[in-house]
Amino acid sequence: MAKLPSQRVESLGGFVVHGIPFPANTDEESLQFLKKMAPIQIEQEYKIMYLHSYGQDSPWFAGLTNKRLLASRDAKSGYTYANPRGHDVYSGDATNWIDITNVPAKIHAFTVCYFGSEEFLPDCPFVLALIEFEGVNTLLLTRIMGVDPAAPALDWIGMEVQPRFLRNSKLKPTDVYFVPKGSE
Amino acid sequence: MRPVYAISGGVSKFAKARPDKTFQAIIKEAYDYAIQDIGLDFPTFTRIVDGSVASYFSDHFSRQLMAGIMAQDYLGLCPKPSHRVEGGGATGGLCFQEAWKSVASGHMDVCVAYGFETMSHVETWKGNEFIALASDVSFDYPVGGFYSGYYAMMVTRHMKEFGTTPEQLAHVSVKNYGNAFHNPYAQKSQRISIQDVRNSPMVAWPLTRLDICVMSDGAAATILVSEEGLKKLEDAGAQIPRPLVKVTGIGRGTDMMRMADRPHVDYDFFMENYATEQEKNSDETKAYYKKLWDHGTRYPGVHSFRAGRTAGNMAYKHAGVKDPLKELDFVELHDAYTSSEIQTYEDMGLCNYGEGGAFAESGKAFLPNIDYGLKLKDKTVCAVNPSGGLIACGHPVGATGLMQGVFAIWQLQGTIKKHFRDDKLQVKDAKRGAIHSHAGTGTYVSVSVLEREG
Repeated sequence: MAKLPSQRVESLGGFVVHGIPFPANTDEESLQFLKKMAPIQIEQEYKIMYLHSYGQDSPWFAGLTNKRLLASRDAKSGYTYANPRGHDVYSGDATNWIDITNVPAKIHAFTVCYFGSEEFLPDCPFVLALIEFEGVNTLLLTRIMGVDPAAPALDWIGMEVQPRFLRNSKLKPTDVYFVPKGSE
Repeated sequence: MRPVYAISGGVSKFAKARPDKTFQAIIKEAYDYAIQDIGLDFPTFTRIVDGSVASYFSDHFSRQLMAGIMAQDYLGLCPKPSHRVEGGGATGGLCFQEAWKSVASGHMDVCVAYGFETMSHVETWKGNEFIALASDVSFDYPVGGFYSGYYAMMVTRHMKEFGTTPEQLAHVSVKNYGNAFHNPYAQKSQRISIQDVRNSPMVAWPLTRLDICVMSDGAAATILVSEEGLKKLEDAGAQIPRPLVKVTGIGRGTDMMRMADRPHVDYDFFMENYATEQEKNSDETKAYYKKLWDHGTRYPGVHSFRAGRTAGNMAYKHAGVKDPLKELDFVELHDAYTSSEIQTYEDMGLCNYGEGGAFAESGKAFLPNIDYGLKLKDKTVCAVNPSGGLIACGHPVGATGLMQGVFAIWQLQGTIKKHFRDDKLQVKDAKRGAIHSHAGTGTYVSVSVLEREG
C-alpha cells in the first residue's frame, strides 16, 4: 500500500494581522524584552515580464514551427551540434544550418521527473531525455512521450525515437518532443 | 606567490529556515566565531583585517541586489575593499580561492571570505525553479528545468555505461547522514539505511529524496593570512594554533553550460589532456581504460565532470600530489546528489573512471569509528565528506564551499572535538585534505588543497 501523506500542503499565505503585540510603554525593561521577540515575516510579491530574444538561434525555433529540426555544423570539420550554436568552439568560425529532422535518433540518457520546479509541477510525472543523432556530435535535451513514466527502465537507453512537433507552436524548445520510432 | 595560511573559520547552524535573523546577522554568527576562535575581540580584528570577499549565489532568493555590501556594512568592514563572487554551487569555493589570491598576490595580509544563502524565503518548488534558472533559459530550462532531473539523466547513463546501481548511490547517503549525526552544524540529524534511501519518495528516477541535498539558510566564514598577517594578528594578541594550516594547491575548471553540448573524446585525447598523474603512470589503469573505450565509452559525455577533473589536476600539480587517494587524508566534496559524489570520486582521481559505484560501497571513503550499519569490504583510505557533506549538512549555496573550508581547517588543526563537542568525526592525524566546490551540471568547479605544516 502506498504511504499516505501525514502533512498538509502549506502555502506561504496567511491571515492579515491588524495590530502587532508591542509593549504599552517603552521603558528600559520593555525595550530589553523586545530582544526576545519573534521575527515578523511579510509577503513580498515580485512579478516581471521579460522580452527574451533568441538572437542568432532564432531560425532553430522557426524550424520547429515549420516541423523541421535544425542543427549547427562547422563547414570545415563537420563537427555538428544538436543544439544551435552560432560559432564552432574549436575553429571559432560561424556554423551553417543543417536539417536533422529525419536523421536516425535514439535515447542517450533519461529520467522520469515525479517532482519539478514550480512551473513544471502540473506536468509531473514527465520524461526528460538526451537524444543522440547519427552523425551529430552533441545531444539534445527533450521530453519523451509514448513511454510509461510509472515503469522506467534502463533499457530505454538506446531506444530509437523520432521527433514530433506541436501543431500550435509556443516558440519554445518543447515545440519538439520525441516518441518511440514507429509510434502512431 | 606568497604562502597563504587558513587560520580560522566559523559556520552558522545550517537550518531549513532562519527567520529569526537577517542574512547579515547570520553571517555575523560565523564571522564572530572565527574571530573569537583566535582569541581576538571584534574591534581589534576589524582594525587589522585588510578586506574581504563575499559569496552568495542568487539575487532571487533574497530579492536583494548588492547583498554583499550589506554584509560588509553590518560587519563593520567599510570602507575596506571587498567584492562579490558568484559561480553557482561553486560560489563558496571560488570565494575561498579569491581570498587566497588576495593574500598570495600581496594585495592583502589578512582577508576574510564570508558567504551565505537564505533559501527559505520562497517555497521549495519555487526554489527549485530559481536554481533551474542556472541552466540555459532558451534551451534547457523550458524543457522541464529541474536540477534533480538533470542529475538523474547523468545517473542513468552512468548506470548504463558502468553498471552502477541505486544501492551503490545509497551508500553515499548512509555514509554522509551517518557522519552528520555527529556534526552539530548539520541541518539533518538522523541515521538511515540503504532501504530508507530507496524507500523515500522518488524525485527523478532513480534519485530519491534521500539521494538529494536540501535547501538551507546558513553562513560560513574563513580567515586567510600571509606570514605578515599572521604576525600582525599575533602581535595584537591572537592565539593561532600550531602547526599552521597552509593552502598548498588551487585549481579550477569549467565546462559547457548545456551538458548536452559536452564532447565525447577518444582515448588518446583523454590520456593526454584529462588523465591524472596516477592514471598516466599506471599501465594497469591505461589497459583498463583502453578496454572501456574499445567498448564505446567516451569522456566526459554527460556522466562525468571535466571541470572537476581539470580543477583537481591543477590543484594536485600545485600541491605536489601524485596519488590523491593515498596522499589525501580526507576530501570535503560537493555531494549535492549521491550520484555527483560518485562521479566526483572518479574525476578527483580517488578511483578509476567508471568505478565510482564500487568505490562508494567499498568502505574506503567511510570513517573508521562510526557504525553505519553496513558490512564494508575495505578499511578507510580517504574519508570523503567526514562532516556529512551537502546531503546531510545542507546546502546554503554561497556558504557551502566556505563551510567545507572551515571543516577542513578544523580537521587539520585537530580541533574537531572542540568545535563539534564530539571527536567521532576527527580524521586521525589528518595531514592533508581537499575541498571541492561544484556548480550547475559541472560548469564551474574549484578544488583547493590544505595541509598541516610540519
